[in-house]
Amino acid sequence: MEILKTYKLYIGGQFPRTESGRSYLVSSLAGEPLANACLASRKDIRNAVQVARKAHGAWAAKTALNRSQIIYRIAEMLEARKGQFIDELSEAGFGMEEANAEILSCIDRCVYYAGWADKFQALISSVNPVASSHFNFSTPEPMGVVGVLACQNTPLIGFISQILPIIIGGNTVVVLANSKMPLSAISFCEVLATSDVPGGVVNVLTGSIDELLPTLASHMDVNALSLATVSNMPKVFEAQELAIENLKRTQLLVHDFKNQDAQGMEFITDFQEIKTTWHPIEQIAGGAGAY
Amino acid sequence: MSTANWDLDPSMESTAIVQLQPKYDLFIGGCWQKPKSGKYFATYNPADESVLSEIAYGNQDDVNLAVEAARKAYNEVWSKMSGAERGKYLFRIARIMQEKSRELAVLETLDGGKPIRESRDIDIPLACNHFFYYAGWADKLAEAFPGQKPTALGVAGQITPWNFPLLMLAWKIAPALACGNTVVLKPAETTSLTALKFAEICEQAQLPAGVVNIVTGHGDTGAALVANQDLDKIAFTGSTAVGKLIHKACIGTSKKLTLELGGKSANIILEDAPIDQAVEGIINAIFFNQGHVCCAGSRLFVQESIASKVIEKLKFRLQSIYVGNPLDKNTDIGAVNSKKQLETIEKYIALGLEEGAEIFQPTCNLPSKGYYCKPTLFTDVAQSARIAQEEIFGPVLTIQTFRTLEEVVQKANNSPYGLAAGVWTVNGARIFGLSQQLKAGVVWANTYNKFDPTSPFGGYKESGFGREGGRHGLSAYLQFKN
Amino acid sequence: MNHPSISTELSSLLLSSPSIDQIGALERIARIQSRSIKGAAKLQGLRMALSMIDLTTLEGKDTTGKVRQMCYKAQHLHDQADGLPTVAAVCVYPSFVAEAKKALGTSGIKVASVSTAFPSGQASFEIKRLDTQFAIDNGADEIDMVISRGRFLSGDYQFVYDEIAAIKAICGPVRLKVIFETGELDTLDQVRRVSDLAIGAGADFIKTSTGKIQPAATFPVVLTMLGAIKDHFDKTGQMVGMKPAGGISSSKLALQHLLMVKEVLGEAWLTNEYYRFGASSLANDLLMQYQKQLTGRYQSATYFSID
Repeated sequence: MEILKTYKLYIGGQFPRTESGRSYLVSSLAGEPLANACLASRKDIRNAVQVARKAHGAWAAKTALNRSQIIYRIAEMLEARKGQFIDELSEAGFGMEEANAEILSCIDRCVYYAGWADKFQALISSVNPVASSHFNFSTPEPMGVVGVLACQNTPLIGFISQILPIIIGGNTVVVLANSKMPLSAISFCEVLATSDVPGGVVNVLTGSIDELLPTLASHMDVNALSLATVSNMPKVFEAQELAIENLKRTQLLVHDFKNQDAQGMEFITDFQEIKTTWHPIEQIAGGAGAY
Repeated sequence: MSTANWDLDPSMESTAIVQLQPKYDLFIGGCWQKPKSGKYFATYNPADESVLSEIAYGNQDDVNLAVEAARKAYNEVWSKMSGAERGKYLFRIARIMQEKSRELAVLETLDGGKPIRESRDIDIPLACNHFFYYAGWADKLAEAFPGQKPTALGVAGQITPWNFPLLMLAWKIAPALACGNTVVLKPAETTSLTALKFAEICEQAQLPAGVVNIVTGHGDTGAALVANQDLDKIAFTGSTAVGKLIHKACIGTSKKLTLELGGKSANIILEDAPIDQAVEGIINAIFFNQGHVCCAGSRLFVQESIASKVIEKLKFRLQSIYVGNPLDKNTDIGAVNSKKQLETIEKYIALGLEEGAEIFQPTCNLPSKGYYCKPTLFTDVAQSARIAQEEIFGPVLTIQTFRTLEEVVQKANNSPYGLAAGVWTVNGARIFGLSQQLKAGVVWANTYNKFDPTSPFGGYKESGFGREGGRHGLSAYLQFKN
Repeated sequence: MNHPSISTELSSLLLSSPSIDQIGALERIARIQSRSIKGAAKLQGLRMALSMIDLTTLEGKDTTGKVRQMCYKAQHLHDQADGLPTVAAVCVYPSFVAEAKKALGTSGIKVASVSTAFPSGQASFEIKRLDTQFAIDNGADEIDMVISRGRFLSGDYQFVYDEIAAIKAICGPVRLKVIFETGELDTLDQVRRVSDLAIGAGADFIKTSTGKIQPAATFPVVLTMLGAIKDHFDKTGQMVGMKPAGGISSSKLALQHLLMVKEVLGEAWLTNEYYRFGASSLANDLLMQYQKQLTGRYQSATYFSID
């Protein structure tokens, strides 16, 4: 007799059940039942944001090199377990070729963003030649906790394409997974849990977008939103409106994440603040000292 | 020889250089057009409550006409022009502004109440430099964003505040035009005159008609601008409350948005600070422009070990702050911009007393006419006091003490705002450590309230989003096709 | 290099010296310089500046004749104008103190003498002691000593402190001005440190320069020294005087310096009891500006005596 997997939430590096004790049936593309997923609640969001906030400081304080290696480690773990993911996708009704392509893209994307971790700063920072005796420079900083409405069209590549550029820049995320196809995302969390990604950096909830998105969008301790477009655009507009209360930076993503061009530095920098620092420059010998 | 009082004589800037018309129309499509409503409103000199001129009250129809003119100019002229040619117009505007700098400075002071020393030495030069700076970007946008194929957005609606009227106009119009956009600008109702002068400068520069349109009016004029369906961009500087309304109005549209909003910035003095320069920094942080500065260092945090010394020095320093007629070259604090704003400030001062904080104001005689407020210190302020949390937008400083760095970082960040912060210490490592921890878009270390066209400005959290100034300021007015 | 250990008294003085941010200091100065001094305030300021001058000649070629003529000028700045004050003092080498004293008679104008192997200070203490004693014995009202800059720069603060204290002991009631020669010091931090040190050791006045080294009395240096005087006053209630010397040759600069005194220290310092300009050519520029204020005509140097 086959042992069936229980799919739970991923919060703070743990796999808890929803505090609500609810679940919903997830079916394959062909309509066959696959598993029960957690039907997360508003309280699960509250818990997830809390741990994401707590995890943010230490994650942002890690060196960029360290974050790079951790994301690269995800690629290694995914590579090692790609068979499992391909199987999972094919059970969910995707053709082998499609499933294979999706997972390979996911691995590529991990490698791609791992490489960005310690480079985008150099490209968007600046030393600004102000017209006074001050050293003035602008550098990026993570925004904090980012709420993510994952792509609802793809099981995994959208999810990965959204969260990696956000976390590589030092943010932590609370993600609402693809509602209809949440299983791969939860399985991916098993990769995260074994890839040195600290608990709380990525938190994933499954359930009803209609129920959860307003709570996430209105949460006053969430700094930004990444919203993949969904069929239900009014729901997205509602989220945008709720996000205004604490001026969350909100990005709407309309990309087809399977495309090679659904990646880039701007996916990282969209979730960075620019901080400009000034400091006086002492004038030595009237500036005529050298040479 | 015994000591005597040595008081400076008044040294009044002449207003003869300012040529004002009794009435100003709207600047739309390169022409001066009467408002559809037929209505005008008075603009006052807050220093003596006299009427300076009458200004057109634009409504939705006027706004729509202006946007149409801007769209036409964009389609037919501005989007077809090379970056280099656009740049030349901006350079030309910068030069004419420099040539008219004295008139602009005096007018800014007349209309807004700020000291002539500031409009002459800070506002107007910075505004000119902003045009000069962005002029040079116009033909280098591809280099600014390699591989991203930057192009203009189209028509931008821009709404500016009353605290730095011409400077904020420059922050809005210069990058917009450099990036190839055309604009409709709505200046603040109490300070429209330099924007109208700027329209005259555009005429003199022979800027193609419709590239810059100035629609004056009140809040509903701004709302009409935001509501226009044919804009590609809204840029707003002003209060957080209005910023949120604008944000809401933009949802579901293709309008790109930048907001530069309020603040309650922390100015942090550590015990090893260069103390006399820090005291001067505190003064500049809160009393610059009567405290009508979104990034004003309005929350002072002093390490407890030096708190009494710093406060004593501050009180002494306030004795040589001159409050009075803004046209006097020796005035440090001029007139509060409007009666309404003075009432707001006075309400907060009363609230501070109610909240049990200790007040200090220097003895000084305020003019009998006009809107004036003494520089005000509140000591013994708790983090939970409203005067320490809410933006007052006036010359009112709250002073809190702290013991540890961790404590001050927490208190500084304990605010919905995140525009700026000041850090004073001679320990370089500590500056970088604190700067990294402070959630603010601008950190002034051992200085405060410095601005430069090359330096990006903008906030975290409820202080808004997007940056103005520098290369970063370009992206607010560009789209990318990568 | 080993130095004698620093006394508790001195080390607490040095510890209390704050750092100076040069750019911040320059901004403070720019703000003072942007003030407009006009009308009656300008006239008053010019008169005040004249009354604060230490009219100075410190040259190898000084003679009794030169000193006598300068002393006459000190008492008769511009007899063509009414109501002018005299200068505060004349400042000469010790060998001319007696002559100056005689020439000034009962005018009330003080005789200041440089001492302690002026201007370099590179001599044994015994020589500095005798130098000072000689000036005092000849009737000097004020002693302008130089500090040992080499010792200061090498970190031997105790030596510098003790030397000032020893000269002060010789001076007794004679007013002691301590010259730092800030043009030979490096940072404003050092200017502040030496100010605190000298005030602690008993200086009645602190003075920027000998006039032999450039730069001399720059605004940042003077501002820094005023800051030390203010902090000492806030702590002890004692007023120490300030004397910028060298480089202040125009009325505009002098008035800006006075305004700086007013804003940084307060009006109590606006008297020659607590403020002096060490200058030789400043007086005539002040006189020319004074005449200009009175007559509305721009003046010519030809009409002002050059002693």
